[in-house]
Amino acid sequence: MKTHDIVIIGGGPAGLAAAAAARKAGAEDILILERDQMLGGILNQCIHNGFGLHTFKEELTGPEYASRFIRMVEEEQIPCRLNAMVVSITKDKEITYVSREEGLVTIQAKAIVLAMGCRERPRGALNIPGYRPAGIFSAGTAQRLVNMEGYHVGREVVILGSGDIGLIMARRMTLEGAKVKVVAELMPYSGGLKRNIVQCLDDYGIPLKLSHTVVEIHGRRRVEGVTLAQVGPDRKPIPGTEEYYSCDTLLLSVGLIPENELTRGMGASMNPVTSGPRVNDRLETDVEGVFACGNVLHVHDLVDFVSEEAALAGESAAAFVKAQEEAGKAAAEPEGHAVCLQAENGVRYTVPQTLDIRNMRDTVTVRFRVGDVFKDRYVAVYYDDQLISRRKKKVLAPGEMEQVVLKKESFLPYPDVKKITIRTEVE
Amino acid sequence: MERRELICIGCPMGCPMTVDMEGDEITVKGNHCARGAAYAKKEVTSPTRIVTSSIRVDGGVMPVVSVKTKQDVPKGAIWDVMQVIHQTRVKAPVSIGDVLVQDCAGTGVDLVATRNVAAKA
Amino acid sequence: MNGMDYDVIVLGGGVTGCAAARELARYQLKCCLMEREEDVCSGTSKANSAIVHAGYDAVPGSRKARFNVEGNAMMGPLSEELDFEFQRNGSMVLCFSKDEEGGLQTLYERGQANGVPDLRILTGDEAREREPNLSDQVTAALLAPSGGIVCPFGLTIALAENACENGVEFLLNTEVQAVEPADGGYRVRTSRGDYTARFVVNAAGVYADVFHNMVCEDKIHITARKGDYCLLDKEAGGHVSHTIFQLPGKYGKGVLVSPTVHGNLLLGPTAVDVEDKEGTATTAAELADVTAKTAMSVKNIPYNKVITSFSGLRAHEDGDDFIIGESAEGFFDAAGIESPGLSSAPAIGAYLAEQIAAKAGAEKKPDFQPVRKGIPRVSQMDPEARAALIRQRPEYGTIICRCENISEGEIVDAIRRRPGAVSLDGVKRRVRQGMGRCQAGFCMPRTMEILSRELGIPMEEIRKNGPGSEILVKEGGEA
Repeated sequence: MKTHDIVIIGGGPAGLAAAAAARKAGAEDILILERDQMLGGILNQCIHNGFGLHTFKEELTGPEYASRFIRMVEEEQIPCRLNAMVVSITKDKEITYVSREEGLVTIQAKAIVLAMGCRERPRGALNIPGYRPAGIFSAGTAQRLVNMEGYHVGREVVILGSGDIGLIMARRMTLEGAKVKVVAELMPYSGGLKRNIVQCLDDYGIPLKLSHTVVEIHGRRRVEGVTLAQVGPDRKPIPGTEEYYSCDTLLLSVGLIPENELTRGMGASMNPVTSGPRVNDRLETDVEGVFACGNVLHVHDLVDFVSEEAALAGESAAAFVKAQEEAGKAAAEPEGHAVCLQAENGVRYTVPQTLDIRNMRDTVTVRFRVGDVFKDRYVAVYYDDQLISRRKKKVLAPGEMEQVVLKKESFLPYPDVKKITIRTEVE
Repeated sequence: MERRELICIGCPMGCPMTVDMEGDEITVKGNHCARGAAYAKKEVTSPTRIVTSSIRVDGGVMPVVSVKTKQDVPKGAIWDVMQVIHQTRVKAPVSIGDVLVQDCAGTGVDLVATRNVAAKA
Repeated sequence: MNGMDYDVIVLGGGVTGCAAARELARYQLKCCLMEREEDVCSGTSKANSAIVHAGYDAVPGSRKARFNVEGNAMMGPLSEELDFEFQRNGSMVLCFSKDEEGGLQTLYERGQANGVPDLRILTGDEAREREPNLSDQVTAALLAPSGGIVCPFGLTIALAENACENGVEFLLNTEVQAVEPADGGYRVRTSRGDYTARFVVNAAGVYADVFHNMVCEDKIHITARKGDYCLLDKEAGGHVSHTIFQLPGKYGKGVLVSPTVHGNLLLGPTAVDVEDKEGTATTAAELADVTAKTAMSVKNIPYNKVITSFSGLRAHEDGDDFIIGESAEGFFDAAGIESPGLSSAPAIGAYLAEQIAAKAGAEKKPDFQPVRKGIPRVSQMDPEARAALIRQRPEYGTIICRCENISEGEIVDAIRRRPGAVSLDGVKRRVRQGMGRCQAGFCMPRTMEILSRELGIPMEEIRKNGPGSEILVKEGGEA
């Protein structure tokens, strides 16, 4: 069995950034396994602009952003296997993949970076009553068909869900000559970025109906229309508010789910809120030497943050391999003191979920999302019962990931802290 | 005095901004950076957008190549730009940054490729 | 054949029609099967509970009782011969109060009379020992170890492929408009011309009454009885291991909770009579009913793991029993085939074929090939065999459907077999591409490309299922 120091599962933005960072941190033997026929992942179909402001200080399209990282990986001569689908990973870090050229191959990794991304929630999960005709697409599937393959998926469109891909596709379909009649959102707020509502819906006069959902799909062979209804605070349709929209296409942008079949298969603990693995401040899962980053860890809004997070995973993997090689030779790092992070009072989750305050880097970025739209709220950080920081935010929304940065030095007065709490507060 | 409420599209922060216009005098509040103020001023005087789309490619490994206007174009010109995009075909290979249409729809802005499309072997 | 086009025409490519066709193929008879849709297994056979019933429900002496028990016994050997998925997972019928236990006893006695093996009545605790997620309210349960689960697509398509290989012609996209007596047989008028045959097998599902009544004196009436289902992700597949029923009511066997042969969890069906024989739209009320009723049987069902919902139509005849046999000279019915129709199909097919062969004086074919090999399920092969297969045909190494781990080779096989898949749903029913948790979000474009290449048609003509269900729209102009 072939052995590699670091195997990266996925050649999308997370995998590429992890590979580049691992190389920079001194890892020599890296292999990227990508199931598609090209690197870049979902960025290849995100042909709109708005990527890279944070990473490259300029506004790029998805393929351009991907190409920067692909170039880094190529320049570093990091080997990639394309069309290579990983089918299993064991706790002992044996990876089995299948490809056309190589058949079924099992390799041994010293460290693994999970970067498989996420998938879209399908229609079935919504249990929309009615027929099951052609013309129902998840927004990302439509995006691929339109942007990478040059096809037309529909002429009169209703979009359910105001996630970013749905908003982007509302504009894209409009520019391609389709009539986007309405975007319906179950929640009383949009799941997408504000800027996308402005430049994808408002610019084109596409109405956004909050607290609305599709209650019936019409048409036996191809979609002929949908019935929308308003929903109450319980998110159940309000009888009498039904409204029929004729359309030949229904796009769904109703959420993304991290793709963690392999992660579960190897027995890593999962966080039910993120649907991703639980990780520590080095983004290591509870399977030693297995790291996770990007949308497989938790769904991001911005690829820039994926790249940043993935770089940390790549560096951590490189450090892990190095530490293993040097085990016995060098002085072991001080015994850790892992502290749990707790999300509370409007904060739905944090990544990471634990932090080793003795061995942490100088700063650790903790990312989180809130569970509702809050105006003029504080984000507070507590070490045990001690308030450490409080920052006022004009708006907090579930569609936008937030972060706090914890400094290593801030723990000096609290060497025995048991719990770090991140919560929202009104006053 | 005219007042407009805007959401900044300069970056994903999406700052809510208030723009007051008094003749030529424009004041912006709520922005967190200079880009926000610049965007707000432009948005209330001559709004512009970058247009992204894709163009048919002949003889490439992919049937289409993604494109963008190299700079932002007036909002009012978006449909003219799209018409040019729909009427244009290019031959593979195409590289990132290649100018595929010069001075697209009279905007003075070029249309450039945003990905590589190799020629089919 | 005294001037006839065929000896036998089978109307309908559902499980019953395909079983009849496969059994007829044993004899020296020229047979064809006509199906209105583009593919077999396109009606009731594709949307049902996928259960092989033990046979304790039907009234002793009824045709349902007889064919159910016979069909159940045939299913094991048949699944090996034709290589489709079948498991004898056992079934349980629950009761929730002492008053109902008489009903359980009735089922037990019926089962004994019908010849169902190994039935037992369990106490509530005994039942929960076997099924820890059963409701605490369960007071007793009937255990039927011979109950099973089957892949209804796998069964129907295996029967069709084996029939086809043994010489049965499949006329798809062929809508039968009329069946008329003709000299010494019947003339079948279809959307693609007229065909004559000495014998007709009427396996037309919810439309079987229409054809029966064109030919027979005594009229029958079939009601489409709709049932809505929810299918849950494989993560929920282990929630129960037996098929869990409630005591049957007026409209059938009630709502069940069952694992499927593919490891998902199936909930349903409801039972609502509908006017429209094409009325397969699910409704919010019925889907809510599925949730409410299944929650009575089984605790903690993870309803948030639903990956799809669908509905199917049962062909309920007013007389409440199967109508099987020669209803007019040379016209053989397999009508009113509602539950336990899937379980009974192999036995119904064998019975009809014997009757027709005897009447026609047909001998058995010496070269009948009873064995059919399924499309390799590459992801379930052991590593060495899988590696060897990929070396032989590399397209088995390209994974298209990542949720179900389906390779390009399997999709190509699904299209190239006869009768083969001509649409996305056809591929899905044969190899489960797109049936996983993403419901084809990722693999639909790739599968469309493969269909386009193999069938030699443009992408814009690729359909979900049948005319009018094209996935893409053409550039410009009307759809």
